[in-house]
Amino acid sequence: MSKPQTWQDVPPGTVAWGASALSVETGLWRSMRPVFDYDRCISCLKCWVQCPDMSVKTDDSGRVCDINLFFCKGCGVCASICPVGAISMCPEADFTDESAEHGENPGDVGAHVK
Amino acid sequence: MGKINLKELTKKQNPMTEGHRMCPGCGAPTAVRQALMAIDDPVVVVGATGCLEVSTTVYPYSAWRVPFMHVAFENAGAGISGIETAYRVLKKRGKTEKNIKFIAFGGDGGTYDIGLQSLSGALERGHDFTYICYNNQGYMNTGAQRSSATPINANATTSPAGAYMSGKLQRAKNLTEIVAAHNIPYVAQTTLHDPVDLISKVKRAVETPGPAFVNVLVPCPLFWKIKPCDQVKVCKLAADTRFWPVYEVIEGKYVLSYKPLKNLPIEDFLSVQGRYSHLFRKGSERMDLIAQAQADIDTEWRKLLQKTENYTC
Amino acid sequence: MLNNKSKIMTSGNLAFAEAMRQINPDVVAAYPITPSTEIPVKFAEFVADGKVDSEYIAVESEHSAITACVGASVAGGRVMTASSANGVALMHEIFPIASAFRAPIVFGLVNRSLGAPVNIHCDHSDSMPERDSGWIQIYCEDAQEVYDSVLLAVRLAEHKDVLTPVFVCQDGFITSHCYEPVEFLSDEAVRNFVGERTPQLPLLDVDNPVSYGSFTMSEYYFEIKRNQMEGMNNVLRVYGEISKELAVQTGREYQPIDSYRAEDADYLIIIMSSAAGVVKDVVDEMRENGIKAGCLRIRFFRPFPRDELVKIAAGKRGIAVLDRSASIGGTAPLASEVKSALYDLTDHVPVQEYIFGLGGRDFYPADAEKVFRTMIHSDYSSNVRYIGLLDKDDKNGQN
Repeated sequence: MSKPQTWQDVPPGTVAWGASALSVETGLWRSMRPVFDYDRCISCLKCWVQCPDMSVKTDDSGRVCDINLFFCKGCGVCASICPVGAISMCPEADFTDESAEHGENPGDVGAHVK
Repeated sequence: MGKINLKELTKKQNPMTEGHRMCPGCGAPTAVRQALMAIDDPVVVVGATGCLEVSTTVYPYSAWRVPFMHVAFENAGAGISGIETAYRVLKKRGKTEKNIKFIAFGGDGGTYDIGLQSLSGALERGHDFTYICYNNQGYMNTGAQRSSATPINANATTSPAGAYMSGKLQRAKNLTEIVAAHNIPYVAQTTLHDPVDLISKVKRAVETPGPAFVNVLVPCPLFWKIKPCDQVKVCKLAADTRFWPVYEVIEGKYVLSYKPLKNLPIEDFLSVQGRYSHLFRKGSERMDLIAQAQADIDTEWRKLLQKTENYTC
Repeated sequence: MLNNKSKIMTSGNLAFAEAMRQINPDVVAAYPITPSTEIPVKFAEFVADGKVDSEYIAVESEHSAITACVGASVAGGRVMTASSANGVALMHEIFPIASAFRAPIVFGLVNRSLGAPVNIHCDHSDSMPERDSGWIQIYCEDAQEVYDSVLLAVRLAEHKDVLTPVFVCQDGFITSHCYEPVEFLSDEAVRNFVGERTPQLPLLDVDNPVSYGSFTMSEYYFEIKRNQMEGMNNVLRVYGEISKELAVQTGREYQPIDSYRAEDADYLIIIMSSAAGVVKDVVDEMRENGIKAGCLRIRFFRPFPRDELVKIAAGKRGIAVLDRSASIGGTAPLASEVKSALYDLTDHVPVQEYIFGLGGRDFYPADAEKVFRTMIHSDYSSNVRYIGLLDKDDKNGQN
C-alpha cells in the first residue's frame, strides 16, 4: 500500500481511499502496554470510550474483552481513568517473545526510499 | 433526544478509523470519535489544516471511513457550505436520496483565527452543518505557536515565557460567545471530562436543523506538557476549576451543563501543566498573575450564570 | 435544434449570465467585484425569479467563493462562478487545489488590473498570475465568443480526459459592459449540448468514501502532479472535437489561435482579447496598401498552443507580441510563451515585445499601425517597448 505508484497509476484528484489507515500498525509506537485484569473489570466502558485509538475491544454483549495491540499506542489513558484499577501499564519489552502479523510501519514513507 | 447508551454504541462502526497518526494520548481523536459516535446517518467530513487533518490523512492512508475533504487552513466553513449546498441541490433534482450529515472539524487555529471569517459566513448563511472545534489552545501542528485561543500566561513558542514576559499577555478570545451572537440554533462548549456529555451535545448539534457549533477543549500532551495518560484528568480539572465552563446555548437560551461540586482554584489546573511552569518557578513565582487569572475566571463564571439564571431551565 | 435561436443586443457579462441560466448549474458561489459583479447579480435575479433552480451561495469573500465552489464540485455538482482583479488574487491559494482535485469549475474571469494602484479597467494582470495554477485559460474577443466559450468550457472541463477547471476570460468593461449583437441558442439546444455531469469520485457517494487533499510526502507528490498535468495535455485534442460539435449548431468554430490573414503574412501582431479587433482592422488597411500584415489572436493561453503557433509563425519576416500585462523583472507572459515556442525554429524570426493597455489605457489603430511600420523598418530592440506610455525620454510622444 505504501509503495509509490507511477504517475499513470495514481488515483486521480489527490484521492486516498477511505479507511486505508487500517493497515498502519500504530502499535509499533508502544513502549508501555496496558494489561487488563478482567476479574476486576466492571465494564463501565470508560476505557473504551476514552481511548484515542479505539483500541479497547468489546464483545457482542458490550463487555470489554481485549486490547487491539495492532493499534494501541500505549498512552495509558485507559489505566489512568479505570475506576477500579483493572488496567496496569507494563513495559512493552516484557512481551518481546510474541510473534504477530505486522502491518504498515507508520515510520515508512515509501518503499523506494531504501 | 435519546439517551446515550455506551453499551449500544460499542456495536457501531466509527466514521474515523484506527491507524491515525496523532500522538499517544492526544485529546483530538478522542473528541472526534466520541463526537461521531452517536450519528446514525452517513456523514461527510471537512477538515481544516491542522493536527487532525494531517494525522488522519497521511497519503496514501486515510483514517476516514467516510468521504473527507481538506482544502486549506482558513476555509472549513466555506468548504462545508459548498458540499452541503451541492447536496441540497442534487437531492432536490433527484440525483441523491440519502440523508447525509455534514461535519466540519477545525482546530482552534483554523477556527478562532484564520478560519473565523469563513466560519462566520457559513453560520450566517444558515447552512445545515455542525462545526466542531477541537481546541488545544495553540497551533500545535507547527510546534505550539499561540492562537487567540491560547489562555493568558500560557507558554507558546510565539508568546514564550522569557526573562521579561510571562507567556501570552492577552486573554483568550471567547469564540463560543462570538458564535452564539450569530443566533444559530445550537451552540455548546464542552471537554473530555464526561463522554456522555460530549456525545449528547454533538448528537443534538447534528440533529438540529441549520448551523450548530461545538467547542471542545482537548489537551495536547506534548505542548501542554502533561503526561499523555493524564488527558482526561486535565479535562476534568478544566471543568472543575471553571477554566472551561461546560454549557449549551439552545435557541438563544443558556443552559449550564456542569456545575462543579467544589470550585477548585485555578492553581490546580495550572500547576499540573508544564506550559505554566514559569508561574511556579521557585524564587520567581507569579502569584499575582495566578490571582488575576482566578479573578477573570470568577468574573466570566458569574456572567455565564447570569445568562442562565435569566431563564428557567 | 437549429431553430429557436435568438439574437439580441447584450454585453459580455450578460451573455455569460445568460449562458449560466441556460446551463442551470447546480451551485454558484460568488462574490461581487467590478467589473464582473453583473454576473452574480444577474444570476441571483434568475434564482429569485425561479428561472433556474440552482443554489446560489452569497459568500462573504472571494476566497470562500472559490472554496465553496471546490466543495460543491468535489461533492459532485456542476459549479460556476465569476470574479476579477483582486478577487481573483484572493482566490489564488485555492486555484491549484481546485485543479489538483480535478474540479471542473467554469469561471467567468472578467479581466481587470490588479491593484495597486486601484483601477477598475481592463488589463490581464489578474489572470496571468494564475497561469501556473493548472486551470485552462480561454481569452475571448467579444461577447458572442464569451457565450460560445462558456458552453464549450462546460463540456471541456467535465470531459473525462480533461477534468480541469476553466477560466473564460473577457476584457473588463470593453467586452463585459459594451453592447453588441449576440446570437443565443435555444435553452433546449444548450441543455442538450452540455448534458449532465457524471462526477468522478464525488464526496456524496458515501458508499465509496474517498479522502481529498491528504498530507503527501515527497515520495508521492510528484506523480500525483504529473497525473494532473495529463488532463491539460489532452485539452486541445478534446477541444477540437467539442468545438466541431458546437459549430454544427452555431456555425461558428473557434480555433485555439484565431488566425487573421496570417498564413501568407510577412508581419504579424500577436495579441489577445478585444484589442485584436483593432489590429484586424489595421491589418485590412495595410493589406489594401500592399503590406502583407496579419494578426494572431491567442485564444487558449493555457494550454498554450505551441505547435499551432510554430506552424503559422515559421518563415515570417517579423513578429510583434503585445502583452496587456507585465511580469515585472522578466518577460511579459505572452511574449515569454511566444519566444519560448519559436526558440527551436531553424530560421530565426525577430520578435519585438510590447506592453500596452495597462489599467485600461486605450489601444488605437494608429498604435497598431506604428507597430507594423516599426517592423517593416526592421527596427527591433531587445528591450520591451511600451505603447501609449508618457515617457520623458520619448521625443515623438510614443516609444
